[in-house]
Amino acid sequence: MVGSAQTHRLTSGGLIDRSTPLSFRFDGKTFTGFQGDTLASALVANGVKLVGRSFKYHRPRGILTAGSEEPNALVELRSGARREPNTKATTAELYEGLEAASQNRWPSLSFDVMAINQLFAPIFVAGFYYKTFMWPAKFWEAIYEPAIRRAAGLGRAASVPDPDHYDKAWAHCDVVIAGSGPAGLTAALAAGRSGARVILCEEDFVLGGRLLADGGMIDGLPAAEWIARTRGELAAMPDVRIMTRTTLFGVYDGGTYGAIERVNDHLPVPPEHQVRQRLWRIVAKRCLVAAGSIERPIVFAGNDTPGVMMASAMRSYISRYAATPAGRIALFTNNEDGWRTVETAIAAGLQVAAVIDARPDVSPAHRSLASKGGFPVLNGSVSAVDGGKNGVRKIAVSLTGGARAEVEADGLAVSGGWNPAVGLTSYHRGRPKWRDDIAAFVPDGAPPGMVAAGAANGAFGLGACLREGFEAGAAAAQDAGRSGNIGSMPVADDEAFSLTPLWHVAGKGKAFVDQQHDVTASDVELAQREGFQSVEHLKRYTTLGMATDQGKTSNVAGLAIMAAVTGKSIPETGTTIYRPPYVPVAIGAFAGHHRDENFHATRLTPSHHWAAEQGAVFVDTGLWKRAQWYPRAGETDWLQSVTREVKAVRGGVGFCDVSTLGKIDVHGPDAGAFLDRVYINSFSSLAVGKARYGLMLREDGIVYDDGTTSRLAEDHYFLTTTTAKAGPVMQHLEFCRQVLLPELDVQLTSVSDQWAQFSIAGPKTRDLLKEIVDPAEDLSNEGFPFMGAREVKLSGGIKARLFRISFSGEMAFEISVPARYGEALVRNLMIAGKPFGVTPYGTEALGVMRIEKGHVAGPELNGTTTAADLGLGKMMSTKKDFIGRVMAGREALTAPNRQVVVGIKPTDKARRLRSGAHIIPKGEVPGPDNDQGYVTSVCFSPVLDQWIGLSLVERGRERIGEIVRAHDPLRGEEYDVELCNSVFYDPEGGRQRG
Amino acid sequence: MRIVCPFCGERELGEYTYLGDAKPQRPAADAGEDAVYDYVYLRDNIAGVMSEHWYHGGGCRAWLKVTRNTLTHEISAVEPTAGAGAAKVGV
Ligand SMILES: [Zn+2]
Repeated sequence: MVGSAQTHRLTSGGLIDRSTPLSFRFDGKTFTGFQGDTLASALVANGVKLVGRSFKYHRPRGILTAGSEEPNALVELRSGARREPNTKATTAELYEGLEAASQNRWPSLSFDVMAINQLFAPIFVAGFYYKTFMWPAKFWEAIYEPAIRRAAGLGRAASVPDPDHYDKAWAHCDVVIAGSGPAGLTAALAAGRSGARVILCEEDFVLGGRLLADGGMIDGLPAAEWIARTRGELAAMPDVRIMTRTTLFGVYDGGTYGAIERVNDHLPVPPEHQVRQRLWRIVAKRCLVAAGSIERPIVFAGNDTPGVMMASAMRSYISRYAATPAGRIALFTNNEDGWRTVETAIAAGLQVAAVIDARPDVSPAHRSLASKGGFPVLNGSVSAVDGGKNGVRKIAVSLTGGARAEVEADGLAVSGGWNPAVGLTSYHRGRPKWRDDIAAFVPDGAPPGMVAAGAANGAFGLGACLREGFEAGAAAAQDAGRSGNIGSMPVADDEAFSLTPLWHVAGKGKAFVDQQHDVTASDVELAQREGFQSVEHLKRYTTLGMATDQGKTSNVAGLAIMAAVTGKSIPETGTTIYRPPYVPVAIGAFAGHHRDENFHATRLTPSHHWAAEQGAVFVDTGLWKRAQWYPRAGETDWLQSVTREVKAVRGGVGFCDVSTLGKIDVHGPDAGAFLDRVYINSFSSLAVGKARYGLMLREDGIVYDDGTTSRLAEDHYFLTTTTAKAGPVMQHLEFCRQVLLPELDVQLTSVSDQWAQFSIAGPKTRDLLKEIVDPAEDLSNEGFPFMGAREVKLSGGIKARLFRISFSGEMAFEISVPARYGEALVRNLMIAGKPFGVTPYGTEALGVMRIEKGHVAGPELNGTTTAADLGLGKMMSTKKDFIGRVMAGREALTAPNRQVVVGIKPTDKARRLRSGAHIIPKGEVPGPDNDQGYVTSVCFSPVLDQWIGLSLVERGRERIGEIVRAHDPLRGEEYDVELCNSVFYDPEGGRQRG
Repeated sequence: MRIVCPFCGERELGEYTYLGDAKPQRPAADAGEDAVYDYVYLRDNIAGVMSEHWYHGGGCRAWLKVTRNTLTHEISAVEPTAGAGAAKVGV
């Protein structure tokens, strides 16, 4: 189907490029518009009035505004993975091939089944969710919620991942300006001329703000020419950055502002390697809010009929887009400004049916305009609008004095005055103040560094906007230390201002306050009757202002109606708290590139690429990817591979990359004394050339971390942490050093990334090492005894560190080389180790061997265990103070019935043991009262040929040999297990010392 | 929020880690369990100006004492802790 061909486009004028026609589709129909159109203006130009159905009642809705405050004209833009629900047609730029669909209707926009909701309107009143769908609770999930969601869904989000990219960036400047209307432009001029670094943010795709629609003469130039000249001057300033399609949406502490730049939303698809949107964090010394003001509706019956439009929006469509929302318009105004729409309409050749002016007096100039134009000026207000989905037909007018009149028109422009955009200035819990002279809230102070100017500050005249902006721009630049010559201030006349407040016209039929959430004037009155009188209650009970438009056109009217029914003044009634973002911001923009595999950084071990070549299976360990096992041809099961690796180590030699351990160099004359204070055991007594296992506590007495620390020189220790705690331990040690022990002369250096470290283990370890270590190095038991640690020279001259420590229980060394040699070392180990059957092993085999040896790790160092619980209580020195010493002595932490680490194995050797199973005394019914602990770590032990594990069990070590029950309700299992010594393999330790 | 590190200059919040109240002093080794208990567990949570420990882990790794108004997030002073900064050359 082909839609009408721009039947409502004026033959000339407007800021559209008629040489670039664009074809687009709305609800399957094809239309054309021009470059420079929004979707809304293109629909207006094609005579489309009905663009959506409302949220609750499915009432036909048209276009109310021409900006980001739009509550009605929300569409699904694009299709497939790029489908975006609730997109404002009034800000969506038209592009060739644009596809949009109306929302909230089924099966079609003009025939919507759910419009029957209107007949049931009494049950859809304020608070109806709370009142209607109370119980039974299970009905919520099964019936109510799905039905409500389907009925009130608005747009549908895409159901597949967003294919586009989003970016995040920082910017720094002296002055950031929100808005490029007359105040924003003069602010930028003054600040820019001062020499300030300026960022000018404009949410529209062109500069100018209301000047684009309302024109005027500035410095003797027509507005369009003045904008062009100003833009040229700003663009020529090297330190002024103009950012169109960018909305300043939030204010954060310390002069940080959030802005969203819609980089490529105006194109069907972003160009290759470009982002769709960019989230800016702008740090500015000063912020000028020149965000203008928003024209407010008057609430009357049928005010949501398509064809009822804000007066200023109607001017925008006619002047800026050369599109006529109606052929014969009426104006309902309570102020002088609304009349400009009549002037604009007449100039465009439209008919004016009538002006309904609620003010007692209309200026002689307007009276003569009316008589020249041949239309009546009715003193009164609109009480009802007659019309349905095809738009306004008749307008009922209550005349002052009580008489009634009727006006025939197909469009009604409404102006209830203007509300300054007080969002940005109020985001730090600021409360705007009421100004009676303009009957509007204006900013009352602002977050530090911020100031409002122009219409956003309640200065509505063009001349006032230019002046406030210019002065504020100059002051902001000065505050930022810039004092260049600001030149002359652009000048213009101020328009006349006259307004008689009018919020709500009583009448029959639904009168909408919040059109996006279908909140009516009677909902507000009902809320008052039911006691929800505070504005915060009003908001939550009726959902007024809680839609994506955040009530930009409805909040003030809502609280004015509440004020009227409670007999309070508007300032007494007050405003709700303002919260960012000023416009909806896509979650994708907040995420930026941090999604999928880039959600966080990935750290690769020095042997990673080599391991990948070997076909290693990797496991995520924090940010690290670690080789979990190295499957070989013919192996079908991870357990097969892991068992082979364990056997190869225990029977020959293997190696494992342990570079992920945290590594810290501790330097200084007081290094030993420092370590004595952070570990429970002594390190000052450690001989140079020796390593020692250390345990550190938190100050509350619970075990924090463990690892091996070696003394490489009198004043140099090399400390290792667990992989998981590498960062936190560094932070903790710095705290101890800087805050608790500042008197000690010691320095810490994180060297985790500087060293590639490998564990080489198994009875043939020495044979392998001899192949790569300089022959002069003595690796014999005498020359390099167990727990020895020193620097060695490798064949070829590279210096390495060698530590004779063992996690596996075998004869083992750990070797460190500068990280850049890590991969070469691995490849050399493979070549040199070939005769010995060297086998790389992963974290699984590492884990099996540590459980066989009864070494504790993460599952036992779980933030609840003490040193004694782990069987390491004897390590706690009584000769010195250390972190956690006093608190570790508390009664409950030393109680005899604590759960302590003990070995565990099923009595049935064929049974698989599972971690997490609870330990219950034999013969008792499992329950919290007799839960005595749980299984923490399990593995299949190739040495014992059965599943074994470690557990935390009450008095576990006193009960060795006892049979208890392992109760695993998660897997529906229960079986006998025997408590046993936690060192399953070589308890005498002869192998690692050999 | 932005904190002016005495060593690195003005940096944004993401570079810092918060610890909490900087007032409590670690008791002497012989102070006894009650004193340590107070030190470990009893913290002020002031609605207003508070002295706090912050760690510049994304920068110089200095522990800082930051005076911050918890109601407004206004930071009125940032000082290095006693042991922050350079090595104690010649001490
Ligand atoms: Zn720093």
